[in-house]
Amino acid sequence: MIKAVLVINTQGKPRLTKFYGFLTVEKQQELIRSVFGVLCSRAEKVSNFMEVDSIFGPDSRLVYKHYATLYFIFVFDSSENELAMLDLIQVFVETLDKCFRNVCELDIVFNYNKLHSILDEIISGGQVLETSSTEIMRAVEEISKCSLPPSPPSLPPSVMSESASNSISLVPKTVSGWRSR
Amino acid sequence: MASPSLMDSLFQRSLDDIIKGLRHQQSTESTFISKVIEEIRREIKTTDLQTKSTALQKLTYLNSIHSIDMSWASFHAIECISSPAFAHKKIGYLAISQSFNESTPVILLISNQLRKDLNSGNEFEVNLALDCLSRIGTVDLCRDLTSEVFTLMSTSKVFVRKKAVGVVFRLFEKYPDAVRVCFKRLVESLESSDSQILSAVVGVFCELASKDPRSYLPLAPEFYRILVGSRNNWVLIKVLKIFANLAPLEPRLAKRVVEPICDHLRKTGAKSMVFECIRTVATSFTEYESAVKLAAVKIREFLLEDDPNLKYLGLHGLSIMAPKHLWAVLENKDIVIQSLSDEDPNIKLESLCLLMAMVSESNVVEICRVLVNYALKSDLEFCNEILGSILSTCCQNVYEIITDFDWYVSLLGEMSRIPHCQKGEEIENQLIDIGMRVKDVRPELVRVGHHLLIDPALLGNPYLHRMLSAAAWVCGEYVEFSGNPVELLEALLQPRTSLLPSSIRTVYMQSAFKVLFFCVCTYIEQKEDMTLEVSDLTSKGECSESSDLASAKAPVECDQDEGFNPRNSSQSYEDPSVVNGGPGHVSTSAFMEEKSFTRESIVKLVNLMELSMCPLSGSYDVEIQERARNALGFIELVKQDILSRLLRKEANSESEDVCASKIVEWLHDAFYEELGPVSITAQERVLIPDELVLKQNLADLEAICGNVELTSSCSFSLRSPYYGESAGVSFSNHQVEEDSEPSTEATSLLTEHRRRHELYYLPSEKNETITTANDYAPATITIANDYPPANYLSSGINTNDDSQDLVTLTNQSLLPKRKPNYAKPRPVVVKLDEGDAAPVTAKKPEVKDDLLSGAIRDILNEAKSASSQSNPSDKSSIKKKGKEKLNVDLSDSKEDLAVREQPNPENPSSRRSKHRGHGKEKSKKSQEKKDGAGREDGGEKGKQKSRNRNGKHKTRQRADAPSNVAAQTPAIPDFLL
Repeated sequence: MIKAVLVINTQGKPRLTKFYGFLTVEKQQELIRSVFGVLCSRAEKVSNFMEVDSIFGPDSRLVYKHYATLYFIFVFDSSENELAMLDLIQVFVETLDKCFRNVCELDIVFNYNKLHSILDEIISGGQVLETSSTEIMRAVEEISKCSLPPSPPSLPPSVMSESASNSISLVPKTVSGWRSR
Repeated sequence: MASPSLMDSLFQRSLDDIIKGLRHQQSTESTFISKVIEEIRREIKTTDLQTKSTALQKLTYLNSIHSIDMSWASFHAIECISSPAFAHKKIGYLAISQSFNESTPVILLISNQLRKDLNSGNEFEVNLALDCLSRIGTVDLCRDLTSEVFTLMSTSKVFVRKKAVGVVFRLFEKYPDAVRVCFKRLVESLESSDSQILSAVVGVFCELASKDPRSYLPLAPEFYRILVGSRNNWVLIKVLKIFANLAPLEPRLAKRVVEPICDHLRKTGAKSMVFECIRTVATSFTEYESAVKLAAVKIREFLLEDDPNLKYLGLHGLSIMAPKHLWAVLENKDIVIQSLSDEDPNIKLESLCLLMAMVSESNVVEICRVLVNYALKSDLEFCNEILGSILSTCCQNVYEIITDFDWYVSLLGEMSRIPHCQKGEEIENQLIDIGMRVKDVRPELVRVGHHLLIDPALLGNPYLHRMLSAAAWVCGEYVEFSGNPVELLEALLQPRTSLLPSSIRTVYMQSAFKVLFFCVCTYIEQKEDMTLEVSDLTSKGECSESSDLASAKAPVECDQDEGFNPRNSSQSYEDPSVVNGGPGHVSTSAFMEEKSFTRESIVKLVNLMELSMCPLSGSYDVEIQERARNALGFIELVKQDILSRLLRKEANSESEDVCASKIVEWLHDAFYEELGPVSITAQERVLIPDELVLKQNLADLEAICGNVELTSSCSFSLRSPYYGESAGVSFSNHQVEEDSEPSTEATSLLTEHRRRHELYYLPSEKNETITTANDYAPATITIANDYPPANYLSSGINTNDDSQDLVTLTNQSLLPKRKPNYAKPRPVVVKLDEGDAAPVTAKKPEVKDDLLSGAIRDILNEAKSASSQSNPSDKSSIKKKGKEKLNVDLSDSKEDLAVREQPNPENPSSRRSKHRGHGKEKSKKSQEKKDGAGREDGGEKGKQKSRNRNGKHKTRQRADAPSNVAAQTPAIPDFLL
């Protein structure tokens, strides 16, 4: 069972947090802070595992991968395999890469919803349900199609596809929407 | 639409705007956020769902990234999911799964909406609802929605079906009765050809089996089929985990499964799979020598990899193996030892752990020596890891592996001197523990303690204060073994003790008191002997008279000095040691030569004590004050006696002599009682007196006095009720009288009290007065040059040398052939009965979800009994056959032929349709059976079933032998087929 998925940048700012058991926001904040505290003290090119029983309680393991300015972190228990989890991070990042064409931190900052869509396809309720990034992509694209606002905006479709890398739920009535027109 | 809400929706800021805003206003983030929250609070109340959902989305974002509370918006989230638009639903569901929990009041309101969405034609809406349920499902929700999920489990859309399967785990967990509905279908899903479904369902079973493996034993054939047949590593890993849980319960299953696992181990290329196989073998298949050997080979491959992840996992695998197969660790010890100097902290820790696993009676000395040297060169964190693991390894089972306690005690001393050492507390516990348990080591203990106390540098390290407190206590308690009590007293009273927190300072003071008392005691005894040789005494008395008189004046001067500036205590501190510095040495050497106290030296000691204690008698800390007054009272008493003796040296009157020696004798009684280790269960073994009513409800008392227990034994303290000014004779007499009649039962209480109150005082505030470097006079201290922390690193040595050292060392010492050479026999270590070690809390895997496992057993039993209902024989046979049936059923795809040959009364070819039939009947049946014997029988079922299957399978086994490799050994009773 996966307990949490976190994406934190190298300054310790969370970019994506998902806890599969309910935690209060204070607790979440505390966990993120302590995980980052340990992470940033680790050298490059050491193993990707971290001892986190003290942070997440007994039977907790953590793997992380460091890509550019971001740490991708999975916390899980003994029913998952450590190396498989590393692979899963890889799958997640590959999918992001396909989605955003050379994903960078900004993509992740601005595509909060899409990120959740992707992650929800991979993991549901703490269980890994999908590991193929093409399948995930397919599902996510269909979801984005579904998510188009009910009353089709005056926005031409070309604009829509152009801004696909932006939030999938671009709300046309918003100020920025107005300006862009 | 009202105009304000129109305005709101027209000019509403989107999530992107918020994110941009946050990025550009770094400095005033919090004000920006609070402004946004204000907006959100307004927007979210609108009736326009578009505006509402955008507001909710922003709030959800702020909640997850900036930890803003969003529980207040839970109702609005429900409004969003009831929107017809998918986009709104999605936002709503995200918000709900992020913020709802069992105690959210409105959670019941979503039940209907969830049901609607689960039945929706849009598969994405269904998925949203399933996702949400899997995150927040409560008992009520799970109960209400079980039938919907059940329907979805057989939908043709793989996309939905796999999520439905995933949700089943949540259903079972929260609402065990869901098992009656869904379990059958879940089991059927195991046969799914779709790898996504299979992966989901195996994942669910893996979770279930990790909680209560026994219930899933009957499904072993299914898992076996997947283990042999599947090519998907995700699935295989989960199945391996299931077998790791099942195998220990059923040896025949283990026998059957070990071969396929080894096959995987040999063939697979995926490292994750290799590691999972290794772990499975190391945890659950430890009896299968060949499998373990194979795993060890694979571990070695991991260890030789450059990738730190694999290396770490390899070491981790070894440490799983270590308890039962130490040889695997020994084989790789060179790598283990090299890893100790790896840059990766995980690898270092793991190898340390393994190294400690290799420690035995014969090599503990060498390994510890090298490790301590290694700790000297390590960084702070790892250094303490090393020390910690040495300490914990050595004290296992009451110091089982230690034969040479003298060595161990000096090792403890050595550890304390490592600059990074922060294990003061652990060392403290062990020093005292060993002191109480091992009589023979006490002289060495005192020697080590003496060296630690005498080193002023250690006083500066707050981490070591606890250890010093132990050293002080040990030296005070076992002062009779001290080679040089005078020096010891000087060490205990050295000026830098002002750096200690007051709780530890009190221990120092009490120990000093004990030492002084010991000296006086010895002196008086010795003198009593000497009175027989009068001539000797007189000559001695004459020659020492002058110096005695001289030094006797010193306290008077000092007292005056104190009177002049009573507040300036630090100054009056340094005086005694400076003054006594020179003479101190003289007296020391004198003592060493003669092994006895001269009157001169005893007076000097008394004066020194008095000088140190005087300023403390005015301390703000009551404990310190009390001890100082105790000591001063004693000094008063003794000094009078000694001085008067001095004045009338030859005509010493009988009465005074009696007085002094009586007092000393009494006090001696008080101190003489030896302290021993106390069993943890000692309290329980005390018989309850008849008149004591324990049953009475005292619940309300608890609130009033929480800590009553701590003060219960205070009646026998050395504390006098008079704290005040009278530190004089009367006070001491009173105290002495009180202590002089320790009845036998009282002594134990006294013992207990002393143990508690000397070492375990509640820590009080530190009042460290930093003394300048000149404050401690080096004159009294023989190793005064030690200021640079002891064992300072010589820079030349590099760590590789050291690990090399360790390699060569372990080469010699780890080999079993080398017998430990007992230079001396192992001393007696006092052990108490079973209560000595902390009561072992048997860590039985607690069957937490009794309900769930009960339900599952019911289902499995039901399936069996139902299938053989036609047979009207007695109950047990029905059950057996039922079980048989299910197993046949599940493994049919492979074993069709064999099954047909089996003398089963039922026709196997029809089983499939029947099987399905039961699924539908089941809900009816479950009601009939609910109170039936099924549940009760559940527990014994496992054994019973396997035994009986065992018998039956003999016949079948022969039949399928040619088709199956593992079945070729005919003697093996086949569990699976």
